Amino acid sequence: MKTVDVTVIGGGPAGLAAAIEAHKNGAKVLLVEREARLGGILKQCIHDGFGLVRFGEKLTGPEYAHRFIKEFSDLGIEAMTLTFVTAVDRTSEGYALTLVNRNGMSKVLSKTLILATGCRERTAKQVFIHGTRPAGVYTAGTAQNFVNLCGVMPAKRCVILGSGDIGLIMARRLTLEGAQVLGVYEIQSTPSGLTRNIHQCLHDYGIPLHLSHTVTRVFGHDRMTAVEVAQVDENKAVIESTKQIIECDTLILSVGLIPENEQAESLGIQIDPFTKGPICDQGLQTLLDGVFSCGNALHVNDLVDYVSESGETAGRNAAKWAHDYRTFASIEPGNGIAYTVPQRLNTAEAGGDVVLYFRSKKVYEKALLQVTVNDVPVYEKKYAHLKPPEMERLSIDFAQYDIKTGDTVKVQIREDAAK
Amino acid sequence: MKELICIVCPNGCTLHIDTDSDGFCVSGHKCKKGLLFAQSEMQDPLRTVCTTVRTVFPETPVLSVRTSKEIPKSKIFEIMQHLNGFLLTERIGIGETVIGNICGTDADIIATDNILKE
Repeated sequence: MKTVDVTVIGGGPAGLAAAIEAHKNGAKVLLVEREARLGGILKQCIHDGFGLVRFGEKLTGPEYAHRFIKEFSDLGIEAMTLTFVTAVDRTSEGYALTLVNRNGMSKVLSKTLILATGCRERTAKQVFIHGTRPAGVYTAGTAQNFVNLCGVMPAKRCVILGSGDIGLIMARRLTLEGAQVLGVYEIQSTPSGLTRNIHQCLHDYGIPLHLSHTVTRVFGHDRMTAVEVAQVDENKAVIESTKQIIECDTLILSVGLIPENEQAESLGIQIDPFTKGPICDQGLQTLLDGVFSCGNALHVNDLVDYVSESGETAGRNAAKWAHDYRTFASIEPGNGIAYTVPQRLNTAEAGGDVVLYFRSKKVYEKALLQVTVNDVPVYEKKYAHLKPPEMERLSIDFAQYDIKTGDTVKVQIREDAAK
Repeated sequence: MKELICIVCPNGCTLHIDTDSDGFCVSGHKCKKGLLFAQSEMQDPLRTVCTTVRTVFPETPVLSVRTSKEIPKSKIFEIMQHLNGFLLTERIGIGETVIGNICGTDADIIATDNILKE
Protein backbone atom coordinates (compact mmCIF):
# COMPACT_ATOMS: atom_id res chain seq x y z
CA MET A 1 0.00 0.00 0.00
CA LYS A 2 1.15 3.50 -0.77
CA THR A 3 2.22 5.32 2.38
CA VAL A 4 2.54 9.06 3.06
CA ASP A 5 3.01 11.27 6.10
CA VAL A 6 0.19 13.71 5.42
CA THR A 7 -2.91 13.36 3.27
CA VAL A 8 -4.77 16.57 2.55
CA ILE A 9 -8.41 16.12 1.55
CA GLY A 10 -9.50 19.08 -0.56
CA GLY A 11 -7.52 21.21 -3.03
CA GLY A 12 -8.98 24.64 -2.35
CA PRO A 13 -7.09 27.48 -0.66
CA ALA A 14 -6.95 25.71 2.72
CA GLY A 15 -5.77 22.39 1.30
CA LEU A 16 -3.18 23.98 -0.99
CA ALA A 17 -1.68 26.03 1.85
CA ALA A 18 -1.73 22.99 4.15
CA ALA A 19 -0.01 20.76 1.58
CA ILE A 20 2.67 23.36 0.80
CA GLU A 21 3.42 24.00 4.47
CA ALA A 22 3.48 20.28 5.36
CA HIS A 23 5.88 19.66 2.46
CA LYS A 24 8.13 22.53 3.57
CA ASN A 25 8.25 20.94 7.02
CA GLY A 26 9.65 17.73 5.60
CA ALA A 27 6.52 15.61 5.19
CA LYS A 28 5.66 13.36 2.24
CA VAL A 29 2.34 14.82 1.19
CA LEU A 30 -0.58 13.63 -0.95
CA LEU A 31 -3.42 15.97 -1.84
CA VAL A 32 -6.75 14.51 -2.93
CA GLU A 33 -9.22 16.67 -4.88
CA ARG A 34 -12.59 15.58 -6.27
CA GLU A 35 -12.72 18.19 -9.05
CA ALA A 36 -10.58 18.26 -12.20
CA ARG A 37 -8.68 21.40 -11.19
CA LEU A 38 -7.13 22.65 -7.98
CA GLY A 39 -8.29 25.96 -6.51
CA GLY A 40 -11.63 25.05 -4.95
CA ILE A 41 -14.36 27.68 -4.96
CA LEU A 42 -11.82 30.39 -5.88
CA LYS A 43 -12.02 29.16 -9.49
CA GLN A 44 -15.46 30.73 -9.84
CA CYS A 45 -14.87 33.78 -7.60
CA ILE A 46 -13.68 36.01 -10.45
CA HIS A 47 -14.28 39.28 -8.52
CA ASP A 48 -11.36 41.03 -6.86
CA GLY A 49 -10.59 41.68 -3.19
CA PHE A 50 -8.71 38.49 -2.36
CA GLY A 51 -5.30 38.64 -0.73
CA LEU A 52 -5.40 42.14 0.75
CA VAL A 53 -4.23 40.89 4.14
CA ARG A 54 -1.68 38.42 2.80
CA PHE A 55 -0.26 40.05 -0.33
CA GLY A 56 -1.39 43.67 0.11
CA GLU A 57 -2.99 43.43 -3.33
CA LYS A 58 -6.55 43.12 -4.60
CA LEU A 59 -6.45 39.84 -6.52
CA THR A 60 -9.30 37.93 -8.12
CA GLY A 61 -10.07 34.42 -6.84
CA PRO A 62 -8.37 32.59 -9.73
CA GLU A 63 -5.30 34.84 -9.39
CA TYR A 64 -5.07 34.16 -5.64
CA ALA A 65 -5.43 30.41 -6.24
CA HIS A 66 -2.86 30.49 -9.04
CA ARG A 67 -0.12 31.73 -6.69
CA PHE A 68 -0.63 28.71 -4.47
CA ILE A 69 -1.15 26.22 -7.32
CA LYS A 70 2.09 27.39 -8.92
CA GLU A 71 4.04 27.00 -5.67
CA PHE A 72 2.39 23.62 -5.09
CA SER A 73 3.44 22.27 -8.49
CA ASP A 74 6.88 23.92 -8.39
CA LEU A 75 7.51 22.01 -5.15
CA GLY A 76 6.50 18.79 -6.89
CA ILE A 77 3.82 17.85 -4.38
CA GLU A 78 1.63 14.96 -5.49
CA ALA A 79 -2.03 15.71 -6.21
CA MET A 80 -4.74 13.26 -7.25
CA THR A 81 -7.58 15.12 -8.96
CA LEU A 82 -10.99 13.75 -9.95
CA THR A 83 -10.54 11.51 -6.92
CA PHE A 84 -12.94 10.86 -4.08
CA VAL A 85 -12.15 9.65 -0.58
CA THR A 86 -14.88 7.08 0.02
CA ALA A 87 -13.72 5.70 3.37
CA VAL A 88 -11.25 6.50 6.13
CA ASP A 89 -10.33 3.78 8.61
CA ARG A 90 -8.23 4.23 11.68
CA THR A 91 -5.58 1.52 11.97
CA SER A 92 -2.66 0.98 14.33
CA GLU A 93 -0.27 2.28 11.64
CA GLY A 94 -2.29 5.36 10.75
CA TYR A 95 -5.29 6.26 8.61
CA ALA A 96 -6.18 3.96 5.74
CA LEU A 97 -7.95 5.87 2.98
CA THR A 98 -9.98 4.32 0.20
CA LEU A 99 -9.74 6.43 -2.94
CA VAL A 100 -11.87 6.13 -6.06
CA ASN A 101 -11.14 7.69 -9.44
CA ARG A 102 -11.18 6.84 -13.15
CA ASN A 103 -8.43 4.26 -12.63
CA GLY A 104 -10.54 2.42 -10.10
CA MET A 105 -10.04 2.00 -6.39
CA SER A 106 -6.82 2.43 -4.46
CA LYS A 107 -5.67 2.55 -0.85
CA VAL A 108 -3.31 4.92 0.90
CA LEU A 109 -1.93 4.67 4.39
CA SER A 110 -1.34 8.08 5.94
CA LYS A 111 0.18 9.01 9.29
CA THR A 112 -1.97 12.12 9.55
CA LEU A 113 -4.96 13.62 7.78
CA ILE A 114 -5.84 17.22 7.04
CA LEU A 115 -9.52 17.82 6.37
CA ALA A 116 -9.73 20.82 4.04
CA THR A 117 -13.12 19.99 2.59
CA GLY A 118 -14.57 23.49 2.64
CA CYS A 119 -18.24 24.23 3.11
CA ARG A 120 -21.58 23.89 1.36
CA GLU A 121 -24.32 26.41 0.77
CA ARG A 122 -27.57 26.16 2.64
CA THR A 123 -30.20 25.28 0.03
CA ALA A 124 -33.86 26.14 -0.57
CA LYS A 125 -34.81 22.96 1.30
CA GLN A 126 -33.14 24.31 4.41
CA VAL A 127 -34.99 27.63 4.49
CA PHE A 128 -38.71 27.55 4.89
CA ILE A 129 -40.31 28.83 1.68
CA HIS A 130 -43.85 27.86 0.64
CA GLY A 131 -45.15 27.39 -2.88
CA THR A 132 -44.46 25.38 -5.99
CA ARG A 133 -41.12 24.00 -7.12
CA PRO A 134 -40.41 25.72 -10.43
CA ALA A 135 -37.03 26.05 -12.12
CA GLY A 136 -35.28 29.27 -11.20
CA VAL A 137 -34.32 28.73 -7.56
CA TYR A 138 -30.54 28.66 -7.28
CA THR A 139 -27.99 29.06 -4.54
CA ALA A 140 -25.69 32.02 -5.17
CA GLY A 141 -22.75 29.66 -5.70
CA THR A 142 -24.63 27.68 -8.35
CA ALA A 143 -25.55 30.90 -10.16
CA GLN A 144 -21.91 31.98 -9.88
CA ASN A 145 -20.75 28.72 -11.42
CA PHE A 146 -23.24 29.11 -14.29
CA VAL A 147 -22.20 32.67 -15.11
CA ASN A 148 -18.46 32.62 -14.43
CA LEU A 149 -17.44 29.11 -15.51
CA CYS A 150 -20.16 27.88 -17.86
CA GLY A 151 -20.88 31.28 -19.42
CA VAL A 152 -24.63 30.77 -19.02
CA MET A 153 -27.02 33.38 -17.62
CA PRO A 154 -29.49 31.88 -15.14
CA ALA A 155 -31.64 35.00 -14.68
CA LYS A 156 -33.32 37.91 -16.42
CA ARG A 157 -35.23 39.41 -13.49
CA CYS A 158 -34.19 38.16 -10.10
CA VAL A 159 -34.66 38.54 -6.39
CA ILE A 160 -31.91 37.65 -3.94
CA LEU A 161 -32.74 36.20 -0.55
CA GLY A 162 -30.06 36.69 2.07
CA SER A 163 -27.29 39.25 2.19
CA GLY A 164 -24.35 36.85 2.44
CA ASP A 165 -21.25 37.89 0.54
CA ILE A 166 -21.79 35.57 -2.43
CA GLY A 167 -25.34 36.90 -2.81
CA LEU A 168 -24.05 40.48 -2.89
CA ILE A 169 -21.29 39.58 -5.33
CA MET A 170 -23.86 37.87 -7.57
CA ALA A 171 -26.19 40.88 -7.40
CA ARG A 172 -23.42 42.90 -9.02
CA ARG A 173 -22.31 40.17 -11.39
CA LEU A 174 -25.82 39.53 -12.76
CA THR A 175 -26.38 43.28 -13.13
CA LEU A 176 -23.14 43.61 -15.10
CA GLU A 177 -24.26 40.79 -17.38
CA GLY A 178 -27.55 42.51 -18.09
CA ALA A 179 -30.00 40.98 -15.61
CA GLN A 180 -32.33 43.09 -13.54
CA VAL A 181 -31.71 42.55 -9.82
CA LEU A 182 -34.86 43.77 -8.11
CA GLY A 183 -33.58 43.68 -4.57
CA VAL A 184 -31.79 41.81 -1.82
CA TYR A 185 -34.04 40.63 1.03
CA GLU A 186 -32.47 39.90 4.41
CA ILE A 187 -34.46 38.49 7.34
CA GLN A 188 -32.00 39.84 9.91
CA SER A 189 -32.02 43.50 10.85
CA THR A 190 -28.33 43.85 9.92
CA PRO A 191 -26.59 42.73 6.71
CA SER A 192 -24.78 39.39 6.89
CA GLY A 193 -22.17 40.26 4.25
CA LEU A 194 -19.11 42.50 4.52
CA THR A 195 -19.83 46.24 4.61
CA ARG A 196 -17.60 46.93 1.64
CA ASN A 197 -19.60 44.45 -0.44
CA ILE A 198 -22.83 46.27 0.44
CA HIS A 199 -21.19 49.42 -0.88
CA GLN A 200 -19.48 48.20 -4.03
CA CYS A 201 -22.05 45.57 -5.06
CA LEU A 202 -25.38 47.17 -4.11
CA HIS A 203 -24.90 50.95 -3.69
CA ASP A 204 -22.80 51.22 -6.85
CA TYR A 205 -25.62 49.74 -8.93
CA GLY A 206 -28.61 51.14 -7.07
CA ILE A 207 -29.77 47.70 -5.92
CA PRO A 208 -32.04 48.04 -2.87
CA LEU A 209 -31.31 46.10 0.34
CA HIS A 210 -34.46 45.29 2.35
CA LEU A 211 -33.49 44.39 5.92
CA SER A 212 -35.99 42.53 8.16
CA HIS A 213 -37.63 41.14 5.02
CA THR A 214 -37.91 37.61 3.69
CA VAL A 215 -39.33 35.61 0.80
CA THR A 216 -42.45 33.77 1.93
CA ARG A 217 -43.66 32.02 -1.23
CA VAL A 218 -42.53 30.98 -4.69
CA PHE A 219 -44.90 30.99 -7.69
CA GLY A 220 -44.62 29.30 -11.08
CA HIS A 221 -45.24 25.97 -12.77
CA ASP A 222 -42.27 25.11 -14.98
CA ARG A 223 -40.35 28.33 -14.48
CA MET A 224 -40.68 30.74 -11.60
CA THR A 225 -43.03 33.63 -12.30
CA ALA A 226 -43.00 35.53 -9.01
CA VAL A 227 -42.09 35.51 -5.34
CA GLU A 228 -43.99 36.83 -2.35
CA VAL A 229 -41.94 38.94 0.04
CA ALA A 230 -42.86 40.32 3.45
CA GLN A 231 -41.44 42.27 6.33
CA VAL A 232 -40.75 40.44 9.58
CA ASP A 233 -41.04 41.70 13.14
CA GLU A 234 -38.30 41.55 15.79
CA ASN A 235 -39.15 37.86 16.40
CA LYS A 236 -38.75 37.19 12.66
CA ALA A 237 -42.49 36.51 12.35
CA VAL A 238 -43.98 37.57 9.03
CA ILE A 239 -46.12 40.72 9.17
CA GLU A 240 -49.11 39.66 7.03
CA SER A 241 -50.10 43.19 5.98
CA THR A 242 -46.68 43.78 4.36
CA LYS A 243 -46.87 40.85 1.93
CA GLN A 244 -46.33 41.76 -1.69
CA ILE A 245 -45.82 39.88 -4.95
CA ILE A 246 -42.75 40.57 -7.08
CA GLU A 247 -42.64 39.24 -10.64
CA CYS A 248 -39.32 37.57 -11.38
CA ASP A 249 -37.91 34.47 -13.07
CA THR A 250 -35.17 33.66 -10.57
CA LEU A 251 -34.65 33.51 -6.83
CA ILE A 252 -31.03 33.44 -5.71
CA LEU A 253 -30.33 32.17 -2.21
CA SER A 254 -27.44 33.42 -0.13
CA VAL A 255 -28.60 32.13 3.21
CA GLY A 256 -25.52 30.75 4.85
CA LEU A 257 -22.72 28.23 4.54
CA ILE A 258 -22.22 25.01 6.47
CA PRO A 259 -18.81 23.37 6.91
CA GLU A 260 -18.62 20.02 5.17
CA ASN A 261 -17.52 17.42 7.68
CA GLU A 262 -18.81 14.06 6.52
CA GLN A 263 -15.36 12.47 6.81
CA ALA A 264 -14.85 13.99 10.24
CA GLU A 265 -18.22 12.68 11.37
CA SER A 266 -17.52 9.21 10.00
CA LEU A 267 -14.42 9.17 12.18
CA GLY A 268 -16.48 10.20 15.20
CA ILE A 269 -14.68 13.54 15.52
CA GLN A 270 -16.38 15.92 17.92
CA ILE A 271 -18.01 18.87 16.14
CA ASP A 272 -18.59 22.33 17.63
CA PRO A 273 -22.37 22.84 17.45
CA PHE A 274 -21.94 26.55 16.69
CA THR A 275 -19.18 26.55 14.05
CA LYS A 276 -20.28 23.13 12.67
CA GLY A 277 -16.56 22.38 12.32
CA PRO A 278 -14.38 20.03 14.39
CA ILE A 279 -13.31 21.16 17.85
CA CYS A 280 -9.56 21.82 17.56
CA ASP A 281 -6.54 22.77 19.63
CA GLN A 282 -4.15 25.60 18.74
CA GLY A 283 -2.34 23.39 16.22
CA LEU A 284 -5.73 22.88 14.52
CA GLN A 285 -5.62 19.21 15.46
CA THR A 286 -9.09 17.83 16.11
CA LEU A 287 -9.81 15.84 19.26
CA LEU A 288 -8.89 12.71 17.27
CA ASP A 289 -5.08 12.33 17.31
CA GLY A 290 -3.47 12.92 13.93
CA VAL A 291 -6.49 14.48 12.23
CA PHE A 292 -6.34 18.20 11.48
CA SER A 293 -8.91 20.66 10.15
CA CYS A 294 -8.58 23.99 8.37
CA GLY A 295 -10.29 26.57 6.18
CA ASN A 296 -14.05 26.61 5.78
CA ALA A 297 -14.37 23.01 6.98
CA LEU A 298 -13.14 24.27 10.36
CA HIS A 299 -15.39 27.34 10.47
CA VAL A 300 -16.83 29.57 7.76
CA ASN A 301 -14.39 32.39 7.00
CA ASP A 302 -15.11 35.67 5.24
CA LEU A 303 -11.54 36.24 4.01
CA VAL A 304 -9.49 33.68 2.11
CA ASP A 305 -6.31 35.09 3.67
CA TYR A 306 -7.30 33.48 6.98
CA VAL A 307 -8.30 30.26 5.21
CA SER A 308 -4.74 30.01 3.90
CA GLU A 309 -3.34 30.88 7.32
CA SER A 310 -5.30 28.09 9.01
CA GLY A 311 -4.19 25.69 6.28
CA GLU A 312 -0.58 26.53 7.01
CA THR A 313 -1.08 26.02 10.74
CA ALA A 314 -2.65 22.60 10.13
CA GLY A 315 0.02 21.66 7.55
CA ARG A 316 2.93 22.62 9.79
CA ASN A 317 1.56 20.74 12.77
CA ALA A 318 0.54 17.67 10.78
CA ALA A 319 4.09 17.41 9.40
CA LYS A 320 5.57 17.62 12.90
CA TRP A 321 3.00 15.29 14.48
CA ALA A 322 4.40 12.42 16.53
CA HIS A 323 1.77 10.72 18.68
CA ASP A 324 2.29 13.20 21.49
CA TYR A 325 -0.02 12.94 24.44
CA ARG A 326 -2.28 15.99 24.66
CA THR A 327 -3.93 17.57 27.67
CA PHE A 328 -6.39 20.41 27.32
CA ALA A 329 -7.61 23.66 28.75
CA SER A 330 -10.80 24.90 27.14
CA ILE A 331 -11.30 28.17 25.28
CA GLU A 332 -14.89 29.32 25.53
CA PRO A 333 -16.93 32.16 24.09
CA GLY A 334 -18.19 34.44 26.85
CA ASN A 335 -20.52 37.44 26.79
CA GLY A 336 -21.08 38.83 23.30
CA ILE A 337 -18.89 36.28 21.52
CA ALA A 338 -20.45 33.78 19.11
CA TYR A 339 -17.53 31.37 18.91
CA THR A 340 -13.79 30.97 19.11
CA VAL A 341 -11.44 28.81 17.06
CA PRO A 342 -9.54 26.96 18.46
CA GLN A 343 -11.80 25.74 21.25
CA ARG A 344 -9.01 23.94 23.14
CA LEU A 345 -5.51 24.78 24.26
CA ASN A 346 -3.12 21.84 24.32
CA THR A 347 -1.32 22.50 27.59
CA ALA A 348 1.36 19.91 26.79
CA GLU A 349 2.57 22.12 23.93
CA ALA A 350 4.96 24.73 25.30
CA GLY A 351 4.40 28.40 24.54
CA GLY A 352 4.39 30.28 21.29
CA ASP A 353 1.80 32.59 19.87
CA VAL A 354 -1.68 31.16 19.53
CA VAL A 355 -3.88 32.55 16.77
CA LEU A 356 -7.43 32.93 17.96
CA TYR A 357 -10.28 33.55 15.52
CA PHE A 358 -13.61 34.80 16.84
CA ARG A 359 -16.85 36.52 15.88
CA SER A 360 -19.05 38.79 17.95
CA LYS A 361 -22.71 37.89 18.44
CA LYS A 362 -23.99 41.33 17.47
CA VAL A 363 -22.77 44.71 16.22
CA TYR A 364 -20.68 46.58 18.81
CA GLU A 365 -19.38 50.11 18.49
CA LYS A 366 -16.40 50.66 20.80
CA ALA A 367 -16.06 47.31 22.49
CA LEU A 368 -13.57 46.09 25.07
CA LEU A 369 -12.55 42.52 24.48
CA GLN A 370 -11.30 40.65 27.50
CA VAL A 371 -9.61 37.27 27.85
CA THR A 372 -9.83 35.61 31.25
CA VAL A 373 -8.23 32.49 32.69
CA ASN A 374 -10.48 30.90 35.32
CA ASP A 375 -12.32 34.26 35.45
CA VAL A 376 -9.13 36.28 36.09
CA PRO A 377 -8.60 38.90 33.35
CA VAL A 378 -5.24 38.47 31.60
CA TYR A 379 -5.64 40.35 28.33
CA GLU A 380 -7.68 43.26 26.99
CA LYS A 381 -8.06 44.85 23.59
CA LYS A 382 -10.22 47.75 22.41
CA TYR A 383 -12.17 47.54 19.17
CA ALA A 384 -13.72 50.51 17.36
CA HIS A 385 -16.34 48.13 16.06
CA LEU A 386 -17.12 44.43 16.03
CA LYS A 387 -19.58 42.92 13.57
CA PRO A 388 -20.73 39.31 13.25
CA PRO A 389 -19.98 39.15 9.48
CA GLU A 390 -16.39 40.19 10.08
CA MET A 391 -14.22 37.57 11.71
CA GLU A 392 -11.53 38.86 14.04
CA ARG A 393 -8.06 37.45 14.56
CA LEU A 394 -6.01 37.73 17.73
CA SER A 395 -2.52 36.45 18.37
CA ILE A 396 -1.76 35.81 22.04
CA ASP A 397 1.19 34.11 23.73
CA PHE A 398 -0.62 32.04 26.33
CA ALA A 399 2.63 30.67 27.82
CA GLN A 400 2.97 33.78 30.03
CA TYR A 401 -0.34 33.02 31.77
CA ASP A 402 0.71 29.59 33.08
CA ILE A 403 -2.41 27.81 31.89
CA LYS A 404 -2.93 24.33 33.29
CA THR A 405 -4.93 21.34 32.16
CA GLY A 406 -8.60 21.79 32.93
CA ASP A 407 -8.40 25.60 33.10
CA THR A 408 -11.01 27.70 31.31
CA VAL A 409 -9.95 30.52 29.01
CA LYS A 410 -12.86 32.79 28.22
CA VAL A 411 -13.12 35.40 25.48
CA GLN A 412 -15.77 37.99 26.26
CA ILE A 413 -16.91 41.55 25.72
CA ARG A 414 -17.02 43.95 28.66
CA GLU A 415 -19.95 46.13 27.69
CA ASP A 416 -19.70 48.36 30.79
CA ALA A 417 -16.01 49.26 30.38
CA ALA A 418 -15.89 50.11 26.71
CA LYS A 419 -16.45 53.85 26.53
CA MET B 1 -22.82 65.33 5.38
CA LYS B 2 -22.29 62.20 3.33
CA GLU B 3 -21.36 58.74 4.60
CA LEU B 4 -19.28 56.32 2.61
CA ILE B 5 -17.97 52.86 3.34
CA CYS B 6 -14.32 52.50 2.42
CA ILE B 7 -13.86 49.48 0.15
CA VAL B 8 -10.07 49.52 0.04
CA CYS B 9 -9.56 46.87 2.72
CA PRO B 10 -11.63 44.58 4.94
CA ASN B 11 -11.72 47.14 7.78
CA GLY B 12 -14.54 48.81 5.84
CA CYS B 13 -14.25 52.11 7.69
CA THR B 14 -17.28 54.40 7.71
CA LEU B 15 -16.08 57.68 6.22
CA HIS B 16 -17.84 60.96 6.98
CA ILE B 17 -17.60 63.59 4.33
CA ASP B 18 -18.53 67.18 5.15
CA THR B 19 -18.95 69.39 2.14
CA ASP B 20 -18.49 73.14 2.44
CA SER B 21 -17.82 75.99 0.05
CA ASP B 22 -14.08 75.26 -0.07
CA GLY B 23 -14.48 71.56 -0.89
CA PHE B 24 -14.88 68.69 1.53
CA CYS B 25 -13.42 67.32 4.73
CA VAL B 26 -13.07 63.59 5.43
CA SER B 27 -13.13 61.89 8.83
CA GLY B 28 -13.49 58.33 10.12
CA HIS B 29 -10.68 56.77 8.09
CA LYS B 30 -8.11 54.64 9.89
CA CYS B 31 -5.41 55.07 7.29
CA LYS B 32 -4.32 57.31 4.42
CA LYS B 33 -5.82 54.93 1.87
CA GLY B 34 -9.24 55.71 3.30
CA LEU B 35 -8.66 59.43 2.84
CA LEU B 36 -7.56 58.89 -0.76
CA PHE B 37 -10.56 56.62 -1.35
CA ALA B 38 -12.97 59.28 -0.08
CA GLN B 39 -11.34 61.95 -2.26
CA SER B 40 -11.51 59.66 -5.28
CA GLU B 41 -15.15 58.73 -4.55
CA MET B 42 -16.11 62.39 -4.37
CA GLN B 43 -14.24 63.45 -7.51
CA ASP B 44 -13.81 60.51 -9.85
CA PRO B 45 -14.84 57.13 -8.41
CA LEU B 46 -12.72 54.24 -9.69
CA ARG B 47 -13.42 50.52 -9.87
CA THR B 48 -11.79 47.38 -11.19
CA VAL B 49 -14.07 45.54 -13.63
CA CYS B 50 -13.95 41.77 -13.21
CA THR B 51 -15.88 39.74 -15.76
CA THR B 52 -15.48 37.02 -18.40
CA VAL B 53 -14.99 36.91 -22.16
CA ARG B 54 -16.31 34.22 -24.47
CA THR B 55 -13.80 31.86 -26.04
CA VAL B 56 -13.82 29.50 -29.03
CA PHE B 57 -12.69 26.61 -26.81
CA PRO B 58 -15.57 24.26 -25.99
CA GLU B 59 -14.12 22.97 -22.68
CA THR B 60 -13.62 26.55 -21.47
CA PRO B 61 -16.59 28.58 -22.79
CA VAL B 62 -15.57 31.70 -20.88
CA LEU B 63 -12.28 33.02 -19.49
CA SER B 64 -12.20 35.28 -16.43
CA VAL B 65 -10.62 38.69 -17.01
CA ARG B 66 -10.26 42.07 -15.29
CA THR B 67 -9.07 45.57 -16.00
CA SER B 68 -5.33 45.87 -15.33
CA LYS B 69 -6.03 48.90 -13.12
CA GLU B 70 -9.01 50.79 -11.77
CA ILE B 71 -11.13 52.60 -14.34
CA PRO B 72 -13.73 55.36 -13.91
CA LYS B 73 -16.96 53.94 -12.50
CA SER B 74 -18.89 55.69 -15.27
CA LYS B 75 -17.12 53.52 -17.86
CA ILE B 76 -18.17 50.15 -16.39
CA PHE B 77 -21.15 49.47 -18.65
CA GLU B 78 -19.38 50.72 -21.76
CA ILE B 79 -16.59 48.22 -21.06
CA MET B 80 -19.11 45.43 -20.37
CA GLN B 81 -20.85 46.14 -23.66
CA HIS B 82 -17.56 46.08 -25.52
CA LEU B 83 -16.55 42.77 -23.92
CA ASN B 84 -19.93 41.18 -24.66
CA GLY B 85 -19.11 41.43 -28.35
CA PHE B 86 -15.64 39.94 -27.95
CA LEU B 87 -14.60 36.36 -28.76
CA LEU B 88 -11.22 35.04 -27.58
CA THR B 89 -9.49 32.82 -30.14
CA GLU B 90 -6.01 32.44 -28.63
CA ARG B 91 -4.90 30.30 -25.72
CA ILE B 92 -3.51 33.04 -23.50
CA GLY B 93 -2.13 32.66 -19.99
CA ILE B 94 -2.84 34.40 -16.69
CA GLY B 95 -1.81 38.07 -16.67
CA GLU B 96 -1.65 38.30 -20.48
CA THR B 97 -3.51 41.04 -22.31
CA VAL B 98 -6.81 40.21 -23.97
CA ILE B 99 -7.61 43.75 -25.17
CA GLY B 100 -5.27 46.73 -24.81
CA ASN B 101 -6.44 50.19 -23.72
CA ILE B 102 -10.08 49.22 -23.25
CA CYS B 103 -12.53 51.99 -24.21
CA GLY B 104 -9.77 54.60 -24.04
CA THR B 105 -9.28 54.14 -20.29
CA ASP B 106 -5.56 53.34 -20.60
CA ALA B 107 -6.30 50.07 -18.78
CA ASP B 108 -5.89 46.68 -20.44
CA ILE B 109 -8.21 43.71 -20.15
CA ILE B 110 -6.04 40.90 -18.76
CA ALA B 111 -6.69 37.19 -18.17
CA THR B 112 -7.04 36.19 -14.50
CA ASP B 113 -7.02 32.43 -15.01
CA ASN B 114 -4.40 30.14 -16.52
CA ILE B 115 -6.89 27.46 -17.59
CA LEU B 116 -6.26 27.86 -21.34
CA LYS B 117 -2.56 27.07 -20.82
CA GLU B 118 -3.15 23.98 -18.65
